[in-house]
Amino acid sequence: MEHFAIWIAAFLTLGIVSFLYKDNAWYKLCEAIFVGISAGYWFVVLFWDNLHGKFWMGKGEDPMLYVGAILGILMLMRLIPKIGWISRWPLAFIVGATAGFYLINYFSSDVMSQVGSTVMPFFSTGYGSGVNASLYDIIGNIVVAVGTFTGLVYFYFSKEHKGAFGATAKVGIFFLMVTFGASFGYTVMSRMSLLIGRVDFLFGDFLGMIVQ
Amino acid sequence: MTPTRLHIFRVISISTICVLLLASLALSQDEATPTTNLSTEIDTVIIEVAAPTSLIATDHKYDNGERINLQWVPSIDDLPGISTVVGYRIYRQDDGGAAEAIADLPAKANHYRDENTELGHTYIYSVAALTDGAEFVSNPTESISPEREWIDFSKRYLFLIALIVGGAVIYFIEIARRGKKLFVRKIAGLEAVDDAVGRATEMGRPILFIPGIQDMDDVQTLAGLTILGRISKTIADYDTEIFMPVSRSLVMTAGREIIKSSYQTAGRPDKYSDDMVTYITDEQFGYVAAVDGIMVREKPATIFLLGAFFAESLILAETGNYIGAIQIAGTARPAQLPFFIAACDFTLIGEELFAASAYLSGEPKQLGSLKGQDVGKAIAMVILVIGALATTIGTAWNIASMNSLVDILKTIFSTS
Repeated sequence: MEHFAIWIAAFLTLGIVSFLYKDNAWYKLCEAIFVGISAGYWFVVLFWDNLHGKFWMGKGEDPMLYVGAILGILMLMRLIPKIGWISRWPLAFIVGATAGFYLINYFSSDVMSQVGSTVMPFFSTGYGSGVNASLYDIIGNIVVAVGTFTGLVYFYFSKEHKGAFGATAKVGIFFLMVTFGASFGYTVMSRMSLLIGRVDFLFGDFLGMIVQ
Repeated sequence: MTPTRLHIFRVISISTICVLLLASLALSQDEATPTTNLSTEIDTVIIEVAAPTSLIATDHKYDNGERINLQWVPSIDDLPGISTVVGYRIYRQDDGGAAEAIADLPAKANHYRDENTELGHTYIYSVAALTDGAEFVSNPTESISPEREWIDFSKRYLFLIALIVGGAVIYFIEIARRGKKLFVRKIAGLEAVDDAVGRATEMGRPILFIPGIQDMDDVQTLAGLTILGRISKTIADYDTEIFMPVSRSLVMTAGREIIKSSYQTAGRPDKYSDDMVTYITDEQFGYVAAVDGIMVREKPATIFLLGAFFAESLILAETGNYIGAIQIAGTARPAQLPFFIAACDFTLIGEELFAASAYLSGEPKQLGSLKGQDVGKAIAMVILVIGALATTIGTAWNIASMNSLVDILKTIFSTS
């Protein structure tokens, strides 16, 4: 049974990889299997986790769960064309509640915390510690402060990027691009590890050419 | 006494002495065993240590009544290096019941937060210093009940600044409503939206809109869908075909509503079809496999990737690039932006995605919101400059006024 599973996995892996050559029937078959199985799998997971696990099992303990259930039923009103407009209510609730909830979170983490952390002395390793920073620390402190400030200038939409303001914004986008470059390299390396995992499966588990 | 008798007497005497000696030796060995046991008992004897003192229980401020803070002075025998105290155990009596151990803490600990209290219950706490095999319990606290605070005053500065930014948003919305034109700088990617839709129309090919793989509780998805509203209206005007594969059922519902509304606004409700928005699967790479297939088979002239993306970003953008589509992408996820920048024609970076809808629509509400946020950014920039200079000067030359200013700023922007 295990050998059969390995053969199936290798067949599907090679089928997906065959897309690199061009779209073909093998890829289409694997794509359909992948989409169909995953959609079915997620339906079962969501049913047992949410509808059964959270609502059905916990409805006696938390009356708020009924609110979610009612919103879910309202969403199903789409299936009845005459009252389909009711399904907009739960959507409006989700969008409004989400926006309000995240407003405070983002404001706290992305604004308050960011500004508070950037207010730091250039020539010290910490606030109130005296002039004790190495050249490396000083450059790091200045890069953080200048990068944050110029980045904010770039994302300021009420003024045209011209003159000194434009030059500052260019410094900001320069910082962003350097960050993205570093991030690109880092993420590509992590993707390489995924590729190595599949190649290891094909040559090791499937073909047996790699001795574990 | 004859010599024979004398010999016999000597033998008996020596034998008796030997027996006595052996007996005494055996007795002495018998006595030695209890001595050894005694020394073992001395090794495991309980060493007394002082119990913790000054135990105080206080209600945790600004919570829903589910926390009580404890503070105490550790045992005076809890000394660095030579401590016989191995830790502390917290005991709690709930509504006069039996004391139950609720937590074990390491040596030197002097505080604990009980996060499992209930409103209306009364608790009494005590702390025990633990040694190897014994506990030395402190005096119990006064009985205490957790309290609920309706307003979290620790977030007062956050509220104040949010109020200023919110006030600015309302002010600018009102200004925009009165007809005053609000300036918003050009955003390169958005200038290309109409051209991209026009290109698809001229080529007679569809437009593919990908709203990311997150649900409606992600602001990036919301931003992407807001832009969809504007794009789909242009698409309806140009009578071009749009296709939107999604990985979340709620996004499918919202997408259909938005496109339907755009077609109605454009005066072409008959052209709308629910098939324009299709659910694929929640599975990340299953979704990617399907969308890649759609790209190479349908060959859309324009692809929009606007929303929250993860590892699928490069696969999608690279496939779009391979089929020669013009691609406009936007996300606020820093790890995925590099891939969009590398593989797409235009990329909305971070907040540009959120600003895009206001820029495209020109609606007073959205423009006012954007301008209000700019006020917040301006405040942040000013504070950054003042704060960085003040803390640098204050730390380098120890100037009290500068240090005071920095303390105020640190207090305001502290989120802990």
